[in-house]
Amino acid sequence: MLKFLLRRLVLALLVLITVLTVSFTLTRLSGDVAVSMAGPTASQEDVETIRRAYGLDRPLPVQFLAWVGDAASGDLGRSYLYHAPVAGLIRDRLPITLTLGLTGLGIALIVAIPLGILAAMYEATILDRAIMMIAVIGQAMPSFWLGLSLVILLGLRLQWLPLSGVETWQGYILPGVVLAFSAIPALMRLTRSGMVDALSSDYIRTARAKGLTRARIVLHHALRNAAMPVVAVAAVQLGFMLGGSIVIEAVFSLNGVGYLAWESISKNDFPVVQSVVLFLATIYIALTLMADMLNALLDPRLRSA
Amino acid sequence: MTPEPLLEVADLRVRFGARVEAVRGVSLTVNKGETHCLVGESGCGKSVTALATMGLLARGAVRSSGRLRFAGQDLTNLSERELSKLRGDRMAMIFQEPMTSLNPAFTIGSQMAEVMQRHRKVTRAEAMERAGFLLFKVGITNPALRLGQFPHQLSGGLRQRVMIAMALMCEPELLIADEPTTALDVTVQAQILRLLAGFQRELGLGILLITHDLGVVARVAHRVSVMYAGEVVESAPASQLFANPTHPYTRGLLASVPVPGKIARGSRLGSIPGTVPRIGPGFAGCGFRDRCGHASEACAGPIAVQQAGPDHIYRCQLQASWPQDQAA
Amino acid sequence: MNLRRLFALLGLLIVGSTAIIAVFAPYLTPHDPFLQNLDGRMAAPFWLEGTVPGHLFGTDQLGRDYLSRLIYGARISLLIGTLVVICSGLIGTSLGVLGGYFGGRIDAVVMFVITCRLAIPLILVALTVVSFVGSSFTVVVLTLGLLLWERFAVVARTTTMQVRNLDYVAAAQASGASTWHILLREILPNIAHHLVVVATLEMALAILLEAALSFLGLGVPSPLPSWGLMISEAKDYMYFSPWVIMIPGVALFVLVLGINLLGDGLRDWLGAARDA
Repeated sequence: MLKFLLRRLVLALLVLITVLTVSFTLTRLSGDVAVSMAGPTASQEDVETIRRAYGLDRPLPVQFLAWVGDAASGDLGRSYLYHAPVAGLIRDRLPITLTLGLTGLGIALIVAIPLGILAAMYEATILDRAIMMIAVIGQAMPSFWLGLSLVILLGLRLQWLPLSGVETWQGYILPGVVLAFSAIPALMRLTRSGMVDALSSDYIRTARAKGLTRARIVLHHALRNAAMPVVAVAAVQLGFMLGGSIVIEAVFSLNGVGYLAWESISKNDFPVVQSVVLFLATIYIALTLMADMLNALLDPRLRSA
Repeated sequence: MTPEPLLEVADLRVRFGARVEAVRGVSLTVNKGETHCLVGESGCGKSVTALATMGLLARGAVRSSGRLRFAGQDLTNLSERELSKLRGDRMAMIFQEPMTSLNPAFTIGSQMAEVMQRHRKVTRAEAMERAGFLLFKVGITNPALRLGQFPHQLSGGLRQRVMIAMALMCEPELLIADEPTTALDVTVQAQILRLLAGFQRELGLGILLITHDLGVVARVAHRVSVMYAGEVVESAPASQLFANPTHPYTRGLLASVPVPGKIARGSRLGSIPGTVPRIGPGFAGCGFRDRCGHASEACAGPIAVQQAGPDHIYRCQLQASWPQDQAA
Repeated sequence: MNLRRLFALLGLLIVGSTAIIAVFAPYLTPHDPFLQNLDGRMAAPFWLEGTVPGHLFGTDQLGRDYLSRLIYGARISLLIGTLVVICSGLIGTSLGVLGGYFGGRIDAVVMFVITCRLAIPLILVALTVVSFVGSSFTVVVLTLGLLLWERFAVVARTTTMQVRNLDYVAAAQASGASTWHILLREILPNIAHHLVVVATLEMALAILLEAALSFLGLGVPSPLPSWGLMISEAKDYMYFSPWVIMIPGVALFVLVLGINLLGDGLRDWLGAARDA
């Protein structure tokens, strides 16, 4: 168990370093940062001043190591746009993105798991087909368009929910639903296939032979085994959702980390962009690591290995 | 007048889809305190008969006709909910796959205790105590440790003993055991058989025992039914069957045992040339005729069930007195 | 006819007709999709009041014919989807087949690369690259193509592992066939049906991502009529005239749905495993 976790931890660190290197190289190779920062009207001297001020005149590996060293100690650099430390900018906006992501995941699980179970229980019937149709539709729905449509329908026409902003908790409902839509198909399919496997297994036949109630057979014996991969994928989906919240935050004008990233990208505020990439990758890696540990806790075979 | 049997199966038929009929009109009875052995090659419909009796057929298998009575109740009329109240309580089943029949996610103790908690008004602690007691009775040393363990921590033999103990949690009246001792070594097997016999004496337990093992049959069976291709081809009290096997298939089975007349422990059925045919609905005649040395034109027509002695029936067109020294 | 076949046919119908429309766009469009007419802006589509004859789906905020832009948008979506799938399919399949066939260290490296790719926030990095390089059709295709290969790699890897141990591969190895020959002639044809199904899924995803990038203003540059860009440019008017975002949105949804249905149908037909 300990060895397993240790190996996962080392792997996670390696992945993080690689992602860092790639994203750093990408941003640096794709253009001259100093030129784009200075703007189209700047003179050659202005560009040089900026280059020196931000240490962009140093060799790339030196810049990279300096940045990694600073990042490791919590210093993510300063935003050109806000003239403030990037770490603080992210920290201020994190609660919104995190709340949004967790709301989305919560809604997705509440919808996907019961539907997946139902589809598995009524495998190959009309009900199963209808439920799986939801997955296909969810997969085809462009999230930003769904967001705008819901704003028009529920916010403007019916006036049930706020159009944008998160001053009240209702503000999280629409973006949460839209975000959930992206995770529902995968979670539902996984729940269904896990439950189909579990329900046709020998231990379910044993449970039936023991005279257990249908509810206990499905929700206790089958779901417990089907849930293990769902937990892992739910964590990974949360990572994708936090990464994908950039679109949702733009649609609903939520001032979260995604919005910050979008703004910084459009304005070439590259310390912020780089830090958000680093930040989201770290969260994703931490989440997958957490999923591995949760799985190990849920599966007795892994726990004692 | 004879008392009503504990279990009465009459003209049971099970189909898989439209093409395969795995059980074709099986009839058998299990009396209180009696062990009825169901023998036959794999694929002959023994396990399907057992599952159909318990109402545990997998999706896709349909019981298309037949009468099932358990302790005076008609099982075919019961809803799944009513049936589930009987299962695990008054009728229990042991499966032949010890490696996969226990849920990997729960401890042995919780899986055993839940049977009793479902059917009796007991606390978890009381159910656990009973589970521990039964584990001890099936020969598991240190039951307290095993109760807290997960299936993957136990060997196949131990898991099979857990399955047996679990089936006995509520002191059932009928136990259907599908190859319960196949995974066990000979000493443990003897121990388990003694244990089941003990329960049988104590509780009047009726046992339907499905097995390949003629040694087991010789030791424990009161009555034996031989199945072939979804039919019972011969059924008789155990001593009768061994002394006077009448159906060519039964003779083939007994002849394939190394020492004639004497059944070695652990000997298996088999070594009759050919394989069991897959038979669909509407099949007429004897299913064994392609492998039988005595087959004639008449074997393709309807086969009558004949009497070879008191309480001894067989399904073959041959006379009961056909030359005894000839095997199939 | 059963439901699954019906859905698959529906998918084929959607994708097929969209493809025909895209190919023959210049002959089908009633107007020049780029021609502005500031006097005739925001004309309503035919089913609403305030419609203008000749503009079936109305006009946009710059007076361009919406139907013509929609038709050209199909071109962009399908072209981007196809090119991205070709690009990502090449990368992912090569990686997956190599890892699956050779196993050991090479497989460990392939798995590591896949894990790294999954840790990269897709939309964010795509946006960043496009913003630095400058948005153009080619940049969007290349960026998505270089990022969307992981499912190809995963499926190619697992299916190669299954195929690798089969008799005909062993026979080819025994007869002294070169590794290249085995990979291209024995392995690839036998995993191709799985890859075709992945290709449909990835194509749908690529089209959705292009639309999202364009919606955020960092995809296909204006005035190209990408459906995502049409929604983005029209969203200031959506409160008064919801149809401006409904028309391109429904088009996008229907096309992606069609591709997914076609993919499911192909999966049934080719016998490929779901998420293999």
